[in-house]
Amino acid sequence: MSILGNRVVRKEDPKFLTSGGTYVDDLKIDGAARVTYVRSTSAHARIRSVDIDEARSAPGVLAVVTAADIELDPLPLEMPMLNEKMPQPWLATDVVRYVGEPVVAIVSETQAEGADAAELIFIDYEPLPVLVDTEGALEGSIVLHPEAGTNVSFELQFGRDESLFDGCEVVVRRRVNNQRVAPCPLEVRAVAARWEDDGRLTQWSSTQAPHSVRDALAKAYGLFEDEVHVISPDVGGGFGAKIGGYPDELLIAWLARRVGRPLKWTETRSESMVALGHGRAQLQDIEIGGSRDGTIGAYRLTVLQDSGAYPRVGALLSFMTRTMASGTYRIPKVDFNSRSVVTNTTPVVSYRGAGRPEATAAIERAVDLFAAEIGMDPAEVRRRNLVPPDAFPFTTPLGTTYDVGDYGRALELALEASGYADLRKEQARRREAGEVRQLGIGLSAYVEITNGVPGSEFAAVEVRENGTAVVRTGTSPHGQGHVTSWAMLVSDALGIPIDSIEVVHGDTDVVPRGVGTFGSRSLQVGGVAAHQAAGQVVDKARQLAAKLLEADPADVVLDKVGQRFHVAGTPAVAKSWGELAREASSEPGGLSAETDFTPPGATFPFGCHVAVVEVDTETGKVTIERLVAVDDAGRILNPLVAEGQIQGGLAQGAAQALLEQVAYDDDGNPLTANLADYTFVSAAEVPSFETTSMETPTPVNELGAKGIGESGTIGSTPAVQNAVVDALSHLGVRHVDMPATPERVWQAIAAAR
Amino acid sequence: MIPVAFDYQRVSSVDEALGLLATHGDEAKLLAGGHSLLPLMKLRLAVPSVLVDVGRLHDLSYVRDAGDHVAIGALTRHRDLETSELLAAQVPILAHVAGQVGDPQVRHRGTIGGSLAHGDPASDLPAVVLALGGTLVARGPGGERTIEARSFFEGFLQTALGPDELLTEIRVPKATIVGAAAVRNGTTGVALVNMGSTPLRASATEAALAAGASIGDAAAVAAEGTEPSGDLNASPDFRRHLATVLVRRALEEAAS
Ligand SMILES: Cc1cc2nc3c(=O)[nH]c(=O)nc-3n(C[C@H](O)[C@H](O)[C@H](O)COP(=O)(O)OP(=O)(O)OC[C@H]3O[C@@H](n4cnc5c(N)ncnc54)[C@H](O)[C@@H]3O)c2cc1C
Repeated sequence: MSILGNRVVRKEDPKFLTSGGTYVDDLKIDGAARVTYVRSTSAHARIRSVDIDEARSAPGVLAVVTAADIELDPLPLEMPMLNEKMPQPWLATDVVRYVGEPVVAIVSETQAEGADAAELIFIDYEPLPVLVDTEGALEGSIVLHPEAGTNVSFELQFGRDESLFDGCEVVVRRRVNNQRVAPCPLEVRAVAARWEDDGRLTQWSSTQAPHSVRDALAKAYGLFEDEVHVISPDVGGGFGAKIGGYPDELLIAWLARRVGRPLKWTETRSESMVALGHGRAQLQDIEIGGSRDGTIGAYRLTVLQDSGAYPRVGALLSFMTRTMASGTYRIPKVDFNSRSVVTNTTPVVSYRGAGRPEATAAIERAVDLFAAEIGMDPAEVRRRNLVPPDAFPFTTPLGTTYDVGDYGRALELALEASGYADLRKEQARRREAGEVRQLGIGLSAYVEITNGVPGSEFAAVEVRENGTAVVRTGTSPHGQGHVTSWAMLVSDALGIPIDSIEVVHGDTDVVPRGVGTFGSRSLQVGGVAAHQAAGQVVDKARQLAAKLLEADPADVVLDKVGQRFHVAGTPAVAKSWGELAREASSEPGGLSAETDFTPPGATFPFGCHVAVVEVDTETGKVTIERLVAVDDAGRILNPLVAEGQIQGGLAQGAAQALLEQVAYDDDGNPLTANLADYTFVSAAEVPSFETTSMETPTPVNELGAKGIGESGTIGSTPAVQNAVVDALSHLGVRHVDMPATPERVWQAIAAAR
Repeated sequence: MIPVAFDYQRVSSVDEALGLLATHGDEAKLLAGGHSLLPLMKLRLAVPSVLVDVGRLHDLSYVRDAGDHVAIGALTRHRDLETSELLAAQVPILAHVAGQVGDPQVRHRGTIGGSLAHGDPASDLPAVVLALGGTLVARGPGGERTIEARSFFEGFLQTALGPDELLTEIRVPKATIVGAAAVRNGTTGVALVNMGSTPLRASATEAALAAGASIGDAAAVAAEGTEPSGDLNASPDFRRHLATVLVRRALEEAAS
């Protein structure tokens, strides 16, 4: 019997639950000094002067560095599509463009000495007009990057089909804000760098993608890739924000060379809130039209994406929003246009879902607006417009081809699990009775794209002479459970128990190639690679066993329980994995196989979430009573691990709907720069989730697996937001922007009255 | 996130603490549970050069029946208030509110004395002690004095305590009625959290009740005379609105 599909308890957890993990900041690196960045406190200003004299002679200070000292070439563009006229310098040169932009780097013996020296630095700023809102950026009277001559950092303009809504009986339009949020990994960013005697660079990084850090460092320092050794030890979360080369991370090695010491930098939480990239930040104009029988005829989404002061991957998020614009619905006509603009705010990067939650939030809100307008139950409107199961592979009007799905079944399962009809009855009762606490029921029938950015992944499997195995993977987990999942995949092929399988990741010297863990790609790319490599090892072992047993390889079978090979029918004469590994030890690589797997395409997980909220109509307070989630990510390798991803995702998604927002005042000062002001979700704000899993295997890969890392976040946000609006719909409320804070809810009620 | 360097002194008696305060003046700060002071120090908003740790003055941790009132040692942790049987019987509102503070970690560290001495208008316990008409006992170089809760809170994070004084005890009258922000003790005391720069009595509501107004009418004037500030959580208007709703609910709960 295969181990795949079983609830296998995570191998990595005993360590985390007892001694704890080892994060970059925990590493003892002999002789390491510390780096402290002095960051801009002004959102937009010309730097008149920087006075570093006093800091230079402060206790413990080894160096104080400004942009003028850095003789490195400008940072290479992170992605080819980004506007090269809007580059972020290593340290701010003459102008600062957001609060949090690094201006000065201090190297000191201890972190405390660095913090003290930072207070002795005086930066004279000449204020420049500040651009915080994206519409102002589009209008363009203030231009942040004069060389670019525009604030537009990226655009997807396909023209507007003016006849899009012709023939629609009903058209609803609404502007909605998919607010900026902060990823808040529990471990903030941390980097340590050391130049080795042979000229190689070792860098420890808290990252989701060590190989791309290696490549970025090699480029920045003019080294060959194999001259850079990147290690990511345990990583305490990333959520998409710990990918790619932040200037302040890449500069540590240069500082290390300058002072001739290994260096360590760990950002503080307050620093992380402004210096780690933010997510979402889309202003959306949604328009939906159709007929009164509930058929949706056309949909238009126009996006204004905030990319922050220096465009990074966040500027490109609208790509994914466009890809998933029409969601689970068969809509004949769909229009999408977007512009990304720079503002005096922290750069926007990818954050759990990266462009897809924005698409889902827009279409799910749109469907509810349409349902409210025609007076039809939102579940019924969905039922009438979902892509039917026999339509797959299904290509949307914008050209996205969904692999496989049964959206209707997910909807019906979710309605059933939530007791939808009874909920509506209870809602009617409370409305009738005019109760203060009203009930809201919100739906979200989502589909998303995983492994949306094409790429391959490396895996190597080796059986050692003692009969244990090691698998090396190019993906780099930071909480997702790869160690358990990859061991299961290899165990399934080899028969070697998971406790005897070591999973190695996050070290570019040991794992030659890799892409990383993001976009819910790991299992369907890296996992498949591991599975294939394991299969190749079995083939090799079979050949070897056949030779030793003087048999035809076709007659040799692997007894997975006994972990050995024998000729079919004569189990008494067998060769164990250890024996075969010893036999193969003379050959290069021993008993091992390597593979790079490139999947033929992306996969499309889907599901349906139902949120039940109680809204106190006097105080505006929203309480999530229930969150019912049906998720289908294809074949599930380990339900326990999948559920962990779903649970965290649901909480994070619900948090965007109700709690979280990064806010700036008109001068670009962050108002949410610590966890006292940024309302990070905790277990106290969410109910126990009710999850149901559906498994529709994808034909795209041999495991039948899709990604599950982001679905929870994608589905739950609109479900909760829709529930809040639903609770108030009888009062005439049609929309409440996120986060639906008590005050916003109160105002929406007051405005509707 | 890293405080400015400071000296640390752990004391084993009130006198020792007072001696250190006298020596260092306003350079020194008392450290109780640290749950208000340490965050400020980490943000470098508070920069004491000497921390006088009174956290182990166990003889200032008690809840005692003192006849007409209950006496509470200033170093009593929120958790001990929450679980005190005496409070549950005699001043249930205080036990109830202590149980609402933060999370278990905060309640096991934070002290009632620290909460009052910090004088944060957003804190829960100061408002309750104010509503109850409590009395605070402080010791300083000149000996002991008592301060009415009513005149204790002077401004944002400012109290009547001098830099050389230590809060030793909080006295609250027995009041058997449970309610979220209202207490009945012959008269009704109503105090408001986060409606100005200090915790406040809802004096218009109290006056209306004394004059025989209905709960609804009395609650409707709860925000009168207050000047709440606005922030990301709530605008001044919303705070005023919430005051009327929450005071009404508290009065209804107290009356039922
Ligand atoms: C995460 C978190 C959540 C919280 N949530 C809440 C909440 O929901 N509601 C709430 O009301 N509070 C909350 N608090 C604040 C908490 O209740 C604090 O513990 C309390 O306000 C201060 O008590 P302390 O003993 O920790 O004081 P400390 O931080 O040690 O001291 C605070 C101030 O009081 C002074 N001081 C302390 N003891 C004395 C004394 N005996 N005499 C004179 N001066 C003294 C100190 O010098 C300092 O200036 C929260 C705090 C945290 C960190």
